[in-house]
Order: sequence, then C-alpha cells, then structure tokens
Amino acid sequence: MSIGKVLLVISIMALCTYLPRMLPLALFRRKIKNQYISSLLCYLPYGILAAMVFPDIFSSTASIISGIAGTAIALLLAYRKRGLLPVAVSACVTVFVTERLLEMIGIL
Amino acid sequence: MLTFRKGFKDGVPIALGYLSVAFAFGMLAVEKGLPLWSPVLLSISNFTGTGQFAGIDLISSNAGLWEVVFTILVINIRYILMSLSLSQRLVRDMPVWQRMVIAFGNTDEIFGVCIQQKEPLTMRYMMGIILCAYSGWNAGTVLGVLASSALPAMVRAALGIALYAMFIAIIIPPARESKPVMKVILLSVLLSCVFSYVPGIASLGKGWIIIICGILSAGLGAWFFPLATKDEDPQDQEGAVG
Repeated sequence: MSIGKVLLVISIMALCTYLPRMLPLALFRRKIKNQYISSLLCYLPYGILAAMVFPDIFSSTASIISGIAGTAIALLLAYRKRGLLPVAVSACVTVFVTERLLEMIGIL
Repeated sequence: MLTFRKGFKDGVPIALGYLSVAFAFGMLAVEKGLPLWSPVLLSISNFTGTGQFAGIDLISSNAGLWEVVFTILVINIRYILMSLSLSQRLVRDMPVWQRMVIAFGNTDEIFGVCIQQKEPLTMRYMMGIILCAYSGWNAGTVLGVLASSALPAMVRAALGIALYAMFIAIIIPPARESKPVMKVILLSVLLSCVFSYVPGIASLGKGWIIIICGILSAGLGAWFFPLATKDEDPQDQEGAVG
C-alpha cells in the first residue's frame, strides 16, 4: 500500500470511529422521560460489555485451559469487589502460570 | 462534583491496561510490515482497540476503501449505543462542543468506568480520565513499535486477557447489588456464546453480535424490570443501578 493510501485509510478509519461516538452525544441532549427507553439505556452497558467479553475471553490466550483459569480468577476477584487493576493483573498472572504448567506436562 | 483529579485517578488503571494492549498493537503492526509511523498515527487519530487491530489487517491486505468503511463501521456501531447511554449521564447544561470533545474519548473502557459514577459526569472529570487513558494508549503504541518482538511470546499470550478481565471487574460488582443487572448479563453472555458458535449467525461478525446481544438483553431487562422514573431528576435512579 502506498503512503498516500495508508494515510487515506487511516483518515477514513478515524472518521468511522469518531462519528458513531460523536453524533448521539451531540444530537441527543434531552433527558429521556420514557420509562422503557431510559431503563433500556441503563441496562445496555452491561449487556454490551458482557457480550464483548464472552466467549472471546476464552480464546484470548495461548490455550483455552489458561483462558478459563484466568476467567475464573477474574470472576472470583470481581465478585469480591477488587478493583480493575488487581483483577486484570491477577488474571494475567494466572494465565502465565497455567501456561507454564501446561508446558511442563506437555499439553501446550 | 466530579473533578479533573478524580477523573485522572480513575483513568490510571485504564492507562496501565492500555499500555500493554497498545504495546501489542504496535508490535503486531510492525510484524505485519506496516510503515513504522502508521500504528502511531492510528492510535493518535482513532483511539480504539478492536478497530485498530482490524485496521492492521485491512492495510496489510491492501483492502479497498469501501471494505475499510464497512468493516470499521460494523465494529464501531456499538459506540452509538454507548454514546446514547453516556448522553443520559452528563451534567445537563454541557455545551455541544464539549460533548463533541468527550465523544472522541468514549472508548469501551472509559465508558465502563464512567457508568460506575453515581454523580452526573462533568467536563473536567471526562477530560481527566480521557487524557490519562489516551496517554497510556499512545505511549504503549510507541513502545510497542520500538520494542517490536523484544517481548517473549509467552508474556504476550498472558497479556491478552487483561482488558477482558477489566470488563469483568466493571460489570460483576453492580450485578451483585442488582438482580436485574445480573440477569441482563447472564442473558447476554448466553446469547453471545450461542451466536458465536451457530454457523449462520457467527458469520455476521463480532460487531453485529455485540449489538444484537446488547439490545436483546437490555430490552428484555427493561421490559421485565423497568426502573422507577422520577420526573425531577432521572439521573438519581440511573445512578442507583450503575
């Protein structure tokens, strides 16, 4: 790809990322009074984030076994209300240790 | 009142998570043969994870311009829903230009942390969290480009789970407090797993699956567990769930 086309692609990507983020915020300025719609918008973040995580989290590492181990630790610590960083770091460490163990027993 | 300092502090865990993901992004871009400046420019101008990783493939495979438009839009349609949801939580009198600035920083992770706030979101708070996370994203990209392939593959594999774990840390604590939120999450996970493995639907791509699961689960949640509306300030009870 030529430098010109790379620049063009990056510009198009920036536009296609910014517009979906910007238009609802700029155009939609009133508080929603409709009970159903406002409830839906409250629940929406949880539905979206949950669908982003599952099932992709299981295949985010080198082996599905380490993926499941990391997920289990993240769920446990999040349930105990640990912060974002402790949960993320613990999950990474769990994945790393599990994968070394898997290597030792010859699965990975 | 949410301050700049509070926003910046809340942005630190995101920035650290971004550092590792953007690092991987920078390395991957170089490995795939992109010019060294392009991943940095992508991070500065796009500030999004999934879209940029897709961008590496698009550029390295010399994709057509319409393919770029379509792929990136499908991946990013979820932002329409997130921005709509975020618009209900901003302080009421926020001018349009400030909303347009904030919109640039409405990433999945920043959105996730913002919806945890009980108070209306101020411009100062949003600038704090966005600047902090944006710094981490760009620093990570530059480091990844510079260090490309210096990090062993085994460490890279372990970092892949970091952002997913953060999302879990965002959605699980509120689910403990609110049964309806728990049910919305469980339904969405179930739908997403089914859709990802059913051959016909799986070919829709992750972007559409996220949107369908999000709207179905939240739609059913709102139908069966409507939240009490208070005319004076709907933000109060939104905070009660978030």
